[in-house]
Amino acid sequence: MLWVVLPYVTFAVLVVGSVWRYRYDRFGWTTRSSELYEKRLLRIGSPLFHLGLLVVILGHVAGLVIPASWTEAVGIPEDVYHLVAALAGSAASAVLVLGLLILIYRRRTTSAVFLATTVMDKVMYAMLALSVLSGAWATATTQLVTEHGYDYRQTISPWFRSLWYLQPQPELMGGVPVAFQVHILAAFLLFALWPFTRLVHAFSAPVPYLFRPYVVYRSRDATGTGAAPGGSGAHRTRPGWEPPTGPGPRPRS
Amino acid sequence: MKVMAQMSMVMNLDKCIGCHTCSVTCKQAWTNRSGMEYVWFNNVETRPGLGYPRTYQDQDEWHGGWVRTRRGRLKLRAGGRLKKLATIFASPKMPSIHDYYEPWTYEYDMLLSAPQGAHTPVARPKSLLTGKDMKIEWSANWDDDLAGSTATMQDDPVLKHMSEHVAEELEQTFMFYLPRICEHCLNPACVASCPSGAMYKRAEDGIVLVDQEACRGWRQCVTGCPYKKVYFNHKTGKAEKCTLCYPRIEVGLPTVCSETCVGRLRYLGLVLYDADRVTEAASVEDEHELLAAQRSVFLDPDDPEVVAAARREGIPEDWIEAAQASPIWKLINDYEVALPLHPEYRTLPMVWYIPPLSPVVDVVASSGNDGEDPRTLFAAISKLRIPLEYLAGLFTAGDTRPVERVLRRLAAMRSYMRDVNLGNTPSEETASAVGMTGAQVEEMYRLLAIAKYQDRYVIPTAHAEQARDLEEIACSLDYEGGPGMGGAGPLGESSGPPVPVAVENFHALSSRQTADSPNGPSTPGRVNLLNWDGNGRPDGLFPPDEGRPS
Repeated sequence: MLWVVLPYVTFAVLVVGSVWRYRYDRFGWTTRSSELYEKRLLRIGSPLFHLGLLVVILGHVAGLVIPASWTEAVGIPEDVYHLVAALAGSAASAVLVLGLLILIYRRRTTSAVFLATTVMDKVMYAMLALSVLSGAWATATTQLVTEHGYDYRQTISPWFRSLWYLQPQPELMGGVPVAFQVHILAAFLLFALWPFTRLVHAFSAPVPYLFRPYVVYRSRDATGTGAAPGGSGAHRTRPGWEPPTGPGPRPRS
Repeated sequence: MKVMAQMSMVMNLDKCIGCHTCSVTCKQAWTNRSGMEYVWFNNVETRPGLGYPRTYQDQDEWHGGWVRTRRGRLKLRAGGRLKKLATIFASPKMPSIHDYYEPWTYEYDMLLSAPQGAHTPVARPKSLLTGKDMKIEWSANWDDDLAGSTATMQDDPVLKHMSEHVAEELEQTFMFYLPRICEHCLNPACVASCPSGAMYKRAEDGIVLVDQEACRGWRQCVTGCPYKKVYFNHKTGKAEKCTLCYPRIEVGLPTVCSETCVGRLRYLGLVLYDADRVTEAASVEDEHELLAAQRSVFLDPDDPEVVAAARREGIPEDWIEAAQASPIWKLINDYEVALPLHPEYRTLPMVWYIPPLSPVVDVVASSGNDGEDPRTLFAAISKLRIPLEYLAGLFTAGDTRPVERVLRRLAAMRSYMRDVNLGNTPSEETASAVGMTGAQVEEMYRLLAIAKYQDRYVIPTAHAEQARDLEEIACSLDYEGGPGMGGAGPLGESSGPPVPVAVENFHALSSRQTADSPNGPSTPGRVNLLNWDGNGRPDGLFPPDEGRPS
């Protein structure tokens, strides 16, 4: 049950939660950067964490989405795949963990940053740390100590894909090492929390910036923008107030 | 030709007495909230000095504004689009709070609630960021009136570009004030830097604004703006900036800083410009040509072709009339006495300045000569290189000729009007020596010295058919007690449905305003009267009333 219900519930919470948050809390949708308070540690920790995370995400996509038969079809044998994945994954997760530790240390020791940390931030940090550390732990204990490692592409990956086919195969998860199971459960909890934390900023990765003209013009008429706050979900129709009449310009003599 | 209208400002620096009334009233209207304690949309700097934030003019350090590439194109100094996205995780060139100043309050409660003891209780300064005791070592105008300038002045970025001996003499030589707001540039680097596309220039009046719902807190605008006039609200995680008081401008009222200016030195009005030629003007090769290039972008509102083109663009008739009556257009084009601040940043700023003649007059007067005699003044203007070079470093990318021309015109106006006031026949030669006629000089005198309210501010109102958004003012009550009102919600400070920007909101956000210190009052049960807005019955303010339910 755990391996069927939890993924779908998490997915539903993630999607519905994000849509709800986007409609009702666009003002709260931000990175909530604390760079203004402290720069030195952030300049090291944040790029390490984020870039490490990007590589790790790519690795997850490669491992979970692409079936083993595909990589073999293009001529990559299993042990070569394993070697590359284990080495690249370990390097990336080492960078990621290092960045995370720097960021947590910074958040705890810089008093201005710690004071600006909300309860939700703390919960999120705990789940994030649990996901990352259990993932790194799983990699370290199963993939690095033995020569061939644990072949998750026979169990976890097919199970993950089966969720998307809507034909879940929870039995595949039966024999998976505990470290992986903890990692997956922690990750689901993190995804369920996602829409309610600052992590939403990941959904606004500013890729369109590369393609838009430098200077943006907007008309005061424009609806659905900050210039017209009623455009978002909160108040599509305006309450029945008479339009205000300004004091008007001073009479010219 | 694409005609657009720009609401712009000119400040007459000779009349600035450095009273900071503009800064204080602006702060009370716009930035008296937690998260914005360190922010002054309007600040007044003593020049020479470090400015606010410290050394913001040093673009080798802060990488603001644009640079011209070898191929003649414009590029953000902080890097192109790809570089910006690659370094987004720790915006490397953003000033930290210490480059502005760490905001603080005083522990006022201690003065009343300290137990009796041998020593007088003191209100110690407490940091508003950490809640801890702090030593106050810098603030927005710490070097006001050259205070402590012997220790800091050599770091003035404008001085660094001048010859070395100047710095030592300068303190004895001159000083003046430079009030600064957002420049509402024609080619805004902050807008170009915004990865989210949340910053925009309003098509109707050119006011540069931040869409608070679209801002994601990437902080690139802070780096991009060479004037450092976009600020990061550290509580909401969003960028905020001077709005040119657009809710006031839309109903025909001048900005708060202008309205309250004691020296009556600010002018507001429209300028028509050709939007198609902005990039071209911003990318001329020679920095000294930037002033002329920007002037050439402006369009003469009395030219029938321009008027016809403006009508084609849908600019309303009363806006065209306002552009024709604009004091800005007169000061920039007719009298040519206004200059832009740091044109070398290539953003085509739209808050211009009339450079002060007073440094020159002061020197002449202190040497025992007649500070208003035209010949002495003219000679002094050409001879006194130090103030001239410094002013040129601020207003003309280092080219002293335009500054000298302006100062000569101001000097000519003085001596011409002295003749008038003393009952002598004013000499037409004085006016023609600076390329003006006596009648023009008198007109300029009326605008600069008499400076009537209706001459200083020519502001057309927003049009009813365009101004649906003015209704947002009516919505503000809707939000009282709403999710955005309860201080820090579970999702972070002021999360919740969108709260429209309106003057009223800032006073309605009572929970934030009463947040006197990040840890709450040091003596619970007391109310800080400085933060009380006069509404309601805060706990502990009044004695318990038996007759009334509280």
